[in-house]
Amino acid sequence: MFNYLVQRLATIVPTLFFVSILIFGLQQLLPGDPAVILAGEDRDPSVVAHLHEKLHLDDPLPVRYLYWAGGVLRGDLGESQRIQKPVLELILEKLPVTLELALIAIVIALSIGITAGIVSAVAKDSAWDYAANVFALWGLSTPNFWLGIMLILLFSVTLGWLPASGYVSPFEDLKANLAAMIMPAFVLGNAIAAVLMRHTRSAMLQVLNSDYVRTARAKGLDERVVILKHALRNALIPVITLGALEFGTLLSGAVLTEQVFTIPGFGKLIVDAVFNRDYAVVQGVVLFTATAYITLNLLADLAYFVVNPRLRDQ
Amino acid sequence: MATLAADVPVFREFTPGQRVLRRLVRRRGAMAGLAVVVFFVSVALLAPLVAPYDPLQTSWSAVRKAPSAMHIFGTDEIGRDVAARAIYGARASLLAGLVSVCISLSLGIPIGLLAGYVGGWIDALISRITDAMLACPFLILAIALAAFLGPSLTNAMIAIGISATPIFIRLTRAQVLAVKVEDYVEAARAVGNSHLRIALRHVLPNVVAPLIVQATLAIAAAVIAEASLSFLGLGQQPPAPSWGSMLNTAKNYIDNAPWMAVWPGLSIFLLVLSFNLLGDGLRDALDPRHR
Repeated sequence: MFNYLVQRLATIVPTLFFVSILIFGLQQLLPGDPAVILAGEDRDPSVVAHLHEKLHLDDPLPVRYLYWAGGVLRGDLGESQRIQKPVLELILEKLPVTLELALIAIVIALSIGITAGIVSAVAKDSAWDYAANVFALWGLSTPNFWLGIMLILLFSVTLGWLPASGYVSPFEDLKANLAAMIMPAFVLGNAIAAVLMRHTRSAMLQVLNSDYVRTARAKGLDERVVILKHALRNALIPVITLGALEFGTLLSGAVLTEQVFTIPGFGKLIVDAVFNRDYAVVQGVVLFTATAYITLNLLADLAYFVVNPRLRDQ
Repeated sequence: MATLAADVPVFREFTPGQRVLRRLVRRRGAMAGLAVVVFFVSVALLAPLVAPYDPLQTSWSAVRKAPSAMHIFGTDEIGRDVAARAIYGARASLLAGLVSVCISLSLGIPIGLLAGYVGGWIDALISRITDAMLACPFLILAIALAAFLGPSLTNAMIAIGISATPIFIRLTRAQVLAVKVEDYVEAARAVGNSHLRIALRHVLPNVVAPLIVQATLAIAAAVIAEASLSFLGLGQQPPAPSWGSMLNTAKNYIDNAPWMAVWPGLSIFLLVLSFNLLGDGLRDALDPRHR
């Protein structure tokens, strides 16, 4: 286990190094002098001069990278030009909102995706199987911002059941919070449910054909026990780890969903930063996302290692 | 002898390409997908002929009119015909899908081929860079690239193309690693072919099949990505029509002009669904074990 952890950590370091180069390199795409662009519309010469000094723009590129990377390692992701706040502080401020949205979305995705996957595998080639596959194709093909708009039309405009936009903290009013979060979470969970359904179906089909399931059936066990206790427990191991890889989809989806439902989270932060040309925030958000994604992948790998005795024994 | 020959059933020989085509044609989902894709491509190409109005023509007397015989999909907030804009919007979506996947393929295949074929430190370096790019969620990387490049359809296509490249690098590399140890590659090396010739003539043609499947599915992802960037204001710029930007405007009028949101969204859904069906069908046709 320790050796495996060391091995995995050893591959993460160069990946993070290249992520940092990639994100630092984004700034080089800006046409002209970055300080002039970062200074905003006023282009105040004193601000431009200050930015030149602060960002070490007069130094060679590798030196600038080292200054930037050094700051990042100390937790300094730069400062928002618009709000005049450290980027890390802004991210940490917005993160809980997106995490709540992501958590509800994952619960919805797991409930729908795993159930549909089990039904589809158990009733292979039946009408249920086809229905589940159609559901998966629907989930994968529907742009979530359009689904969001359509749900607003149905549940907010036509039926008046749910608020069309906005966010209320769960600590202020839990009911209002859930009412505001349920539609965006469903929109976000929908696409992930489709992916989880496909993984679950494929894993269940493999497990249902294995010898130990045949033995369990031969012993005369109830079919429900065979499926839920014997087959599902093993089929879920790859599904959960593959599900962790959907974190990227979740964050990408959150950008659009938060925009449609006007939720002040992480996704809205990057969009607002893009429109306000707040490039330090854009860089910070991408770096934070990539680091979180790499960490989650590592945790998923370790979880897979821990729950799979065959890997542990190797 | 003649009688014996007549008794032996005659099997028609099919080339591998013909076998794939036969398997693909038998898959109804893939054929339905192909039909819808052909429909959208035809509509996009013939847009000036099939669009009922100029997509940019405004009319203050026809602001937010519900669908009618005059405007079958209704009109938008400045009286433009939604059907005409949806038809012209197909051009932006299809163009973005095709161009960005071409960018991904033209970068991903050579780099993946180089990594897989040469191996060693070049492979290690390319793999780490690929890992780094894959660590940034696709749309977030595309948004960041589009933000730094500046909002336009061309930049959106570049951003989507670059963001999707690592998938093609990884896929090509994996396929090349499997193919380069085959006997026929060894034989080509033994008869004195150069590395470049082996890579291009013997390895590349044998790794193309999964790349075709991935490219078809990547077009679907690119269509959604372009619509997403345009929805956020980073893709096609107004007043030029695109499905994503139409939805961005439509969300502000959802309570009194819902038709503005229905058609562009439905168009994205149908086009993406069709490419997904076609991709799934191609995958099954190229690798029957996958079923």
